[in-house]
Amino acid sequence: MTRSDVQLMLDVKAGDEQSFGLLLQRYRTPLVNFLYRMVRSREQAEDLAQEVFIRVYRAREEYVPSAKFTTWLFRIATNLALNCLRDHRHEKLEISMDAPVTADAEDGDEKPFEVADKHPTIEQELLEEDRKKMIRRAIERLPEKQRAAVLLHKYQELDYAEIAKILSCSESALKSLLFRAYETLRVELAPLVARRGTR
Amino acid sequence: MSCERMENRILAYMDGRLSEAERAEVQKHLDACTVCRVRATEFSSVNDLLDELPMIEPSPGFDVRVRARIAAEPARQSWWDWLRLPPRVAFASSVLLLATMFVIYRGGDPGPVPIPPDQADAAMMQDLSVMEDHDTLSNFEPLKELPPPVDTNSADDDQQDM
Repeated sequence: MTRSDVQLMLDVKAGDEQSFGLLLQRYRTPLVNFLYRMVRSREQAEDLAQEVFIRVYRAREEYVPSAKFTTWLFRIATNLALNCLRDHRHEKLEISMDAPVTADAEDGDEKPFEVADKHPTIEQELLEEDRKKMIRRAIERLPEKQRAAVLLHKYQELDYAEIAKILSCSESALKSLLFRAYETLRVELAPLVARRGTR
Repeated sequence: MSCERMENRILAYMDGRLSEAERAEVQKHLDACTVCRVRATEFSSVNDLLDELPMIEPSPGFDVRVRARIAAEPARQSWWDWLRLPPRVAFASSVLLLATMFVIYRGGDPGPVPIPPDQADAAMMQDLSVMEDHDTLSNFEPLKELPPPVDTNSADDDQQDM
């Protein structure tokens, strides 16, 4: 039988290191993805995800299952990501202005754009890559809190109450935050949205 | 329902997180309002576009690095553990404590010296002289209540004059 997150955490509290391994296995991919989409650097995302797990481990003895485990986990992750963005804001701006245009592949290898071959599949691939890049950039341009709200809502599928707790706001404020984020995305992604509409 | 109220419901409507009654209310508004209907359709398209971003996998060494950091974490100590000293330190501390007590006992203030009984009696007799002090007697309250003393010399003189 699969143990719940809370049960695993209580077992970690009781000294069971294997249960921590199961939590690590369960949440490393969602955490790294969430943090990657927040900070836009794979290396930083992995460092931050490690820090989240370390903080969970350090807090094991004081753990009380008062809220959902994911709320706690993503709250730590969101705070770390927001702090990281604040600390590197200036640096990030310099990088994005000076960096050469790259395909910024999702697999983490940021390959420079290659000149398109005449081959139609490569052209298609490039178009597809352009499309993904546009979506990524639209998310990246969102204000940090709106970005976190969209990522938690869309990719982690957390409920509104949980996301509101993570972002320390009311449910009503969260809905308003999400509405504004989707409005921005609708404008930023208008060409893609229109293409979808004509399909 | 107004378009403003739709702001808080449109995403919940798309997510299927509304009650039956709320859903029917939103649907009724969408049927009547073109602006909100277009917005709902485009929000849905945005939602689908966000699905196109692939997931990344953590690098193969991720778990190893987390475990290494956990292994490097200092072990937690309870308050009782703080009181536990290594045997050598405990022995040295005990010896130092005993030595300090010995030095204080031998070289410090010897305290009050016991007085032999005959000397104690003599001291008490010395204190008795205080009782004969005139001031002490004059301020002794019970004596004040006594009648004034009779002057015997003056009485004798009066009898001789007669």
